[in-house]
Amino acid sequence: MKISPLDRILLLLMSLLSAWQVAIGINDFDTLPIIAYTIGFGTLIIAGLLIIILGWEFLESPFVVVISSLIPASLSLGLAWEYLPDIRIFYLSFVSIGFLAILATRLTGTTRNFPLIIVTIAHGVEGLLISLLPIWLVTKGLVSVSFLLVGFGGALSGLSGLLLTFMKFNKPILERSLTLHILPGLLLVSTAALVAGFSF
Amino acid sequence: MSSRCPVTHWYDFLGLGISLFLAIAGSTILNMWYDRDIDAVMDRTHHRPLASGLVTPLEAFRLGLVLAILGVGLAFIMMPIYGLIVFSGLFFDVVVYTIWLKRRTCWSIVWGGISGGMPILAGRVYGVGSVDAVGVLLTLAVLFWIPTHILTFSMRYVDDYKAARIPTFPSTYGFGATRITIAVSSLLAAVSIGSAGLLIGMEWGFLRLLGVLTAGLVLMAIASIFRPSERVNFGLFKYASLYMLSAMILLSL
Repeated sequence: MKISPLDRILLLLMSLLSAWQVAIGINDFDTLPIIAYTIGFGTLIIAGLLIIILGWEFLESPFVVVISSLIPASLSLGLAWEYLPDIRIFYLSFVSIGFLAILATRLTGTTRNFPLIIVTIAHGVEGLLISLLPIWLVTKGLVSVSFLLVGFGGALSGLSGLLLTFMKFNKPILERSLTLHILPGLLLVSTAALVAGFSF
Repeated sequence: MSSRCPVTHWYDFLGLGISLFLAIAGSTILNMWYDRDIDAVMDRTHHRPLASGLVTPLEAFRLGLVLAILGVGLAFIMMPIYGLIVFSGLFFDVVVYTIWLKRRTCWSIVWGGISGGMPILAGRVYGVGSVDAVGVLLTLAVLFWIPTHILTFSMRYVDDYKAARIPTFPSTYGFGATRITIAVSSLLAAVSIGSAGLLIGMEWGFLRLLGVLTAGLVLMAIASIFRPSERVNFGLFKYASLYMLSAMILLSL
């Protein structure tokens, strides 16, 4: 399926928003969240640019699963480090092991359901943390209501990740053409929500 | 712009723009004038005005010479050392690269790269008044970026260059060695730009963004070595162009 000009524009806007976030939007955080958010939004920038340049064929690469797993892992790590100080080390370990496990299954070419189980557990926990932590923080009055946008953006981003991952494992949730059709818009809206949530 | 100096007068920017535009346009026309015979046998370039006969060689030569003299002359009037560097760029490009080396050795692109780095060095020198470490690093950044740009291009059009009997890296050393050269060169370009950014006093946020864009460049270069294909190869060419544009914008913010 050929990438359309509209898809390219949406992906470019997503990359520009992510670039703004990396360059300006995360300056006030601690060191580890800055690194984590740089990796998360940086992955969005590179992925957006490479899809624009290489087309949807970029998604054929076996390492797309690894690269896309960086986004929820790093964003959730940044949030956990900032707002859940008691589980910092535990969560850092979980994210690291999860990422290494996904990388290992890709490098070794492990088949059957094992890689999918690994990805589902890692994405599931990370996605839940990104989506639910902002709601909990808002109800506790620890952050402003606009922070809910981070949860919303995280949920949409997680949805994009799941659509892509299941497509890669040949168990598509939606038809491939429909997934690719909605993906640029989904990524742009999720990135805009994340950037807005962190900004206000 | 990279000098971050308080030179914000409109006539400085206008002078820089006009002198570089004239000199580079003159240099490009003179290159095309000299290379019209090889342009005519290459698919990619046979439609150019000189190669296709729309413009006579004498017309092109006169126009190129006039533009080059005007550009270099204006540069000398603005600041002698600035003019000297603009002239060096033109000399390296037309005489050393095109006339002397291009048809003899694939290593001619080194001189093409040096001449490509002269405009940014010239602008830096105009801003700070002398050749400094930042200027040299920026020149090196362009020099090391040129292989990423040109070698991916010469792999795509390898048959064209063979037909014109122009020695290139792919035809001399093979595609594998060329891809490794591109990857190493990309890394060196990124190191040069990053170092220049640090010395200029680029803000951390912009350096972070530059780091992210560099990671993409390295990723593409590695992919072109281990998973070579026409698409990845030309993707690297496009990404390298986008990378240099983005890096220059970030350096000037």
